[in-house]
Amino acid sequence: MPNSALIDALATFLPVHRLLRQAAELAPYESDALTAFRSRPGAVVLAETQEEVVRVVELCHRHSVPFVARGSGTSLSGGSLPVAGGVVIALNRLNRIVHLDPQRRIAVVEPGVINLDVTKAAAPHGLYYAPDPSSQLICTIGGNVAFNSGGAHCLKYGMTANHVLGIKAVLPDGAVVQLGGDSLESVGPDLAGFFVGSEGLFGIALEITVRLLPRPELYRTVLAAYHSLAAAGDAVAQVVASGLLPGAMEIMDNLAIQAAEAAVHAGYPRDAAALLIVELEGERVQVEAEFAHLLQVVEASGPYEVRVAKDDADRARIWKGRKSAFSAVGRLSPDYIVQDGVVPRSRLGEALAAIQRLSAQHGLRVANVFHAGDGNLHPLILYSGRTPGELERAETLAGEILNLCIELGGSITGEHGVGVEKRAYMPAMFNPVDLAVMNELRLAIDPKELANRGKMLPDGDAPSLTHPGIHPLEQQGVISRA
Amino acid sequence: MFTALAGTPLAEVQAALAEHGQYLPFDPPLAAAGATLGGAVATGLSGSGRRRYGGVRDFIIGMRYVDGQGRLVRSGGKVVKNAAGFDQHKLLVGSLGSLGVIVEVSFKVFPQPLAFATLQISGLSLASAIDTIGRLSTSHFDLEALDLLPAEGAYTLLLRIGGPAAVLPARLEHLRRWQGRGEAVADDAAIWQRTATFSWLPRGAKLAKAPLTLAALPALDAMLASCNAARRYIDGSNLAWIAWPGAWDELDAQLLALGLSGVALLGPPTEQPLLGLHNGANLAARIKQTLDPENKFPPLNGGKQ
Repeated sequence: MPNSALIDALATFLPVHRLLRQAAELAPYESDALTAFRSRPGAVVLAETQEEVVRVVELCHRHSVPFVARGSGTSLSGGSLPVAGGVVIALNRLNRIVHLDPQRRIAVVEPGVINLDVTKAAAPHGLYYAPDPSSQLICTIGGNVAFNSGGAHCLKYGMTANHVLGIKAVLPDGAVVQLGGDSLESVGPDLAGFFVGSEGLFGIALEITVRLLPRPELYRTVLAAYHSLAAAGDAVAQVVASGLLPGAMEIMDNLAIQAAEAAVHAGYPRDAAALLIVELEGERVQVEAEFAHLLQVVEASGPYEVRVAKDDADRARIWKGRKSAFSAVGRLSPDYIVQDGVVPRSRLGEALAAIQRLSAQHGLRVANVFHAGDGNLHPLILYSGRTPGELERAETLAGEILNLCIELGGSITGEHGVGVEKRAYMPAMFNPVDLAVMNELRLAIDPKELANRGKMLPDGDAPSLTHPGIHPLEQQGVISRA
Repeated sequence: MFTALAGTPLAEVQAALAEHGQYLPFDPPLAAAGATLGGAVATGLSGSGRRRYGGVRDFIIGMRYVDGQGRLVRSGGKVVKNAAGFDQHKLLVGSLGSLGVIVEVSFKVFPQPLAFATLQISGLSLASAIDTIGRLSTSHFDLEALDLLPAEGAYTLLLRIGGPAAVLPARLEHLRRWQGRGEAVADDAAIWQRTATFSWLPRGAKLAKAPLTLAALPALDAMLASCNAARRYIDGSNLAWIAWPGAWDELDAQLLALGLSGVALLGPPTEQPLLGLHNGANLAARIKQTLDPENKFPPLNGGKQ
């Protein structure tokens, strides 16, 4: 239902090459990294200035047309899936680093700035931007803010919310607000912290003040190979109990190892049932002392092989394999579902064993590559969309894994967000009162439910957990499968 | 991580964590005075140790609170990483009781450094102290705390490091050589205890905190000096502790003139604990209306716009 009055109003200040209306122009925006779902927007605006974004939001509000902000479209939870007939506000051209102050360790950036570009700009000053999602080469800060993105190195310094000090945002009715500031400290309710992770439901961040960290003097990285996944999981608990605080602690299982090897030749031991990567960072003398301690802990955890990264190139190779693992799994299977659940670290071994059991039960392969130090699991469920019934089985398995995470006292998402993918699971994690309060907060900020409609908050007809079935939006014909 | 009821004294939490070699890295002050966990969250107080990994907002992972309609609401979770739902527990940080009654909180915690040591650099001008903080901020030194305090007509910097006892002397020496001066503090624990308990406050002085940046420091310090206010700046001058000798509304006006914000912490009760400049009123008002439509709790910002 493209709204012609809105389109006419947009056309008064947007040139035709930045107000996309043709089917062929709209097609690239129909989906994001959750490719199972697609939906055709009525128009796509390629915004170039903050003022344009505010004006588009104001007009959408006036005409009651839903809008979805979009960066590079890397959301794994369908966070930037368009609303059919609504407006997509593409923010990639708002990519200015407005200000970088090394002495105060802050940068002020627009939402379309690519994650890694913040670190590139900070690097000459010995600083970096800590949150490092695997997609950091292309994902944007605006999307990171909306979904409180994580990454392998969030163990020590936290997720996006811990690195955002201030946000200038346009609320869903076009009002522009400044939340937080440029100090690490604040007074009054932490509005900036509340905005981060709101999945676009509170409006669009126009300018974000992030904190930067000094690059560590030294990284030391160790890779340990195990004959069982449970042994690697137990090793994580032992490292945590040792009193060491690694910068990152990651596990990959055999399928993930095979995939990463095929893709980037990281030099991993191919026969390992599981690999553990642990990295320490900090001042040289301290890291050297702690690394000796770490090696003792790792050796005692029963690995059959331990490799220490000899130099920066060696370390880079280890991380390249890890960070390419998601996409590399595409080499093993025509289709796969990326899951994102969290369990308490103390129950990691238990969770991994249960996932293996579920995998065998459903006759589907599951590759595990995840942030073990945070208890943040990423089971990749391999299936073929061409085999009748496999997608449904894969979805059932994915649902059972999420239920497992909840049962173990964890969360349905550690860093990918709820998006469109996990709305149905929110009632399993939050009770009706919790959800009612979230819904009321959303309505107070966006009474017309225009900003990223259809994400995060479940609606009445959410499918049951054990029978995922057809997505409610799919039932309504709002979205369809590729 | 741990979960505790809001009325749990910080001292009890710290002792329980210490038994497991863990600590609250945001270093909440006033534990010895009986401060509670819920109080630390509602006032949004972090201490000098926030330099290393961040403040209370960075470590809170979940909460139960009672809103103005008497509903028990849960936000966040009990795992260190969680991206599900709106993070209302962040909103309650610093809310001063205006949005709800905090009843239970969950925090992530870290292993406590095995030992600490402090380098003291005295006799600095404010300009050279600012220059040193700026250079330290882009250096690779991992500081647990970086405090600045006026002392005898000059300024003193306190640089605290933490880690295995065996490597601290070498690290302290690197720091001293890099800076070209400074001496190790003999009693590390005592000097930081003094900051955490506010025993440096002059008798009868009120206490306020003000978020700050290095750029705003000279103007604030000049104002405070002219008003004869004792003060300390922590976390590389991201936070000022102000011992205010005058009335609250005078500090409110002074902070407003400097474009800074603040909050009244100790001293005579005030209807308007938030001082100086505030932003986000549009969003905050909508949140207040949702969680406390009948104004059962104190108004946000003392009702001041």
